[in-house]
Amino acid sequence: MDTQEYDLGVVRYFAVMTIVWGVVGMLVGLLIAGQLAWPALNFDLPFLSYGRLRPLHTNAVIFAFGGCALMASAFYIVQKTCRTRLISSGLAWFVFWGWQLVILSAAITLPLGITTSKEYAELEWPIDVLIAIVWVAFAIVFFGTIGIRKEKHIYVANWFFGALIIGVAILHIFNSLALPVSFLKSYSIYAGTKDAMMQWWYGHNAVGFFLTAGFLGIMYYFVPKQAGRPVYSYRLSIVHFWALIAVYVWAGPHHLHYTSLPDWAQSLGMVMSLVLIAPSWGGMINGIMTLSGAWDKLRTDPIIKFLIVSLSFYGMSTFEGPMMSIKTINALSHNTDWTVGHVHSGALGWVAMVSMGAMYHLIPSLFGRKPGEMYSVKLINLHFWLATIGTVFYIASMWVNGLLQGLMWRALSVDGTLTYSFAEAVEASYPGYYARFLGGAIFFAGMCVMAYNVFMTIRGKTRAEKAAPATPLVAATGA
Amino acid sequence: MSSIWHWFVLIGTVVSLIGVMWLLFANRSVSGEQTTGHEWDGIQELDNPLPMWWVMGFVVSVIFSVIYLVIFPGVGNFAGVTNWSSAGEHDGEALAAEKKFAPVYARLADMSGDELAADKQAKQVGRRLFLNNCATCHGSTAKGSVGFPDLTDDEWIWGSSFDAIQASVLNGRSAQMPAWGAMLGNEGVTAVANRVRQMAGLEHDAELAKAGETHYNTICVACHGPEGKGNALLGAPDLTNDRWLYGNSLEAIAETVRNGRNGVMPAHAQLIGQDKVHIVAGYVYGLSKE
Repeated sequence: MDTQEYDLGVVRYFAVMTIVWGVVGMLVGLLIAGQLAWPALNFDLPFLSYGRLRPLHTNAVIFAFGGCALMASAFYIVQKTCRTRLISSGLAWFVFWGWQLVILSAAITLPLGITTSKEYAELEWPIDVLIAIVWVAFAIVFFGTIGIRKEKHIYVANWFFGALIIGVAILHIFNSLALPVSFLKSYSIYAGTKDAMMQWWYGHNAVGFFLTAGFLGIMYYFVPKQAGRPVYSYRLSIVHFWALIAVYVWAGPHHLHYTSLPDWAQSLGMVMSLVLIAPSWGGMINGIMTLSGAWDKLRTDPIIKFLIVSLSFYGMSTFEGPMMSIKTINALSHNTDWTVGHVHSGALGWVAMVSMGAMYHLIPSLFGRKPGEMYSVKLINLHFWLATIGTVFYIASMWVNGLLQGLMWRALSVDGTLTYSFAEAVEASYPGYYARFLGGAIFFAGMCVMAYNVFMTIRGKTRAEKAAPATPLVAATGA
Repeated sequence: MSSIWHWFVLIGTVVSLIGVMWLLFANRSVSGEQTTGHEWDGIQELDNPLPMWWVMGFVVSVIFSVIYLVIFPGVGNFAGVTNWSSAGEHDGEALAAEKKFAPVYARLADMSGDELAADKQAKQVGRRLFLNNCATCHGSTAKGSVGFPDLTDDEWIWGSSFDAIQASVLNGRSAQMPAWGAMLGNEGVTAVANRVRQMAGLEHDAELAKAGETHYNTICVACHGPEGKGNALLGAPDLTNDRWLYGNSLEAIAETVRNGRNGVMPAHAQLIGQDKVHIVAGYVYGLSKE
């Protein structure tokens, strides 16, 4: 019935590829986590070496897994909340195939060592051009659909998707400006400290606009839908949206503390990062308070669990980030595994878990079922626990490693020499590397469970399960 | 920075901070209705006020920012009332450290190589300096690897005295084994390699070694000497012992002769300073004595 009213074909493809790229990207992550614990896993093959696979992992999970989740959600939500079909089905399909081509190009060029060496922007110029074209098409479909909406007002989720699209377009184009010297090699037009500044203006706002704004868009639709509750506060969504996009663009220099970046830029990056706590938390408050009144569902609905835990990790990592941007704390945390732990508390705990919750809600409805009606609720529940435990293992091991490394690197002997050599700090990090690998393996196992559950759902199966007791706690206690 | 960028940063910062505060206060009051009256795909929005604790936290973070930007550089060219700079802080800390640790180094600075090698404190300091500055190439056990000399044996390419070792650390060394491939051709290179293995007492082809001897005596002899004993003044290694920086297989020696080698030990005078060079040289000197 929905297929008559809405363009769901492209949403379906993006949703399925979200799962596929999730499995692939996390598997590569697991391999490189293994390489840090057991370096022999490089197999002495250049295309399997850590330096080449690490950007493949980051690109696969952020832009392939995350990107497909965002595009599936954006194309679905914009239609539903504007009560209209996409303005152009053909252009939406171009976005799908174009984006898959970008991912495929990345999967080929990065293991071959073809890279600009800019973090999270490693892809060479022909792929950058393709990204820009696909992104503009994405913008046309999205804003075009907003333009023909049948609702008077634009729903808050769409503000965030709009910010994602405009923000990432600006960031990608300006950071990627380069002079090609051959088909697969180019040089950035920026040099030295300016290049570093541009790179982290891009890098941090990829976090801000791609991994925060975009996924808040997902949150603002799927949380009220799954909870069956109205959004907590319209005012709050206005304030935190505008404050978030106004302040985020200033925060990039905190990646360059204690470098040759001028002092004024470092200070500004730090204070703007601190000002960001409140706007970031606005989204968390709105999400969690939307769920309030539906707390009983936490007992029966694992999708709600995914959403609430993702919001908790979101709140935690958006507090941790500003703390790490304080210069004196950064002096301890910078270049240690703490940074890696922080990124993953956002990436696993927030981005992946909110996407998983959204996909569990979305995928059944794309394949002719009721929203959230997966093949097996028990497997969703199993996935939830695997994802949560995996994330906790991962970030806790990286916290320990980060503090250990930071303290060992700065330890001074009574004669003023460094107490430990670098290699000693590496040696001491091994237990953390093993624990991190374990956490990653648990998280990856959860992703595989999801892939199976989705596969069976698409095949139209339903697992015979005894439903969890739906009685609310209040009734059970006789209140 | 030029005045345009100064004003850009200043205005941008001030507008952003005032802007978010205005946003916060402009959205203080609510309609009093339960919802905003909009509905999208079944989703409604409540018109709840902003949580007060959140508003207060937001205001505090902005007040903190303003105070910080008054004290420290941040707003364009305005240096902050304390005139703080990261370079200044670094110089101050370096000066304080130098003053604090000067007595330790003063005691060790006058010691001879043998005294350093015997002194417990000198050995401790030297070991830490070694691990943080030298171990990257020479290894944490100082056993070296291909291209990086073993410092625990008694083979010293540039001389084994404390003064020679100290000079190596202080000013660095640059060893130049020229490439002879173009001049000797493949056959000549193989012949010389066999001659070198003959001199080292290693398995070789006697006929080729004989052909190589002529080349050796016209070319290699200048640095490595007629008996292949090397020359520490030039950093030319002894070819007759079992210590081989780049390997002693026929292929490895042929490669050395054909393409040459450029071994570089960086100068550490500027990197760690004369006093620390003195101590770490004493430590390395002691390693080969053990």
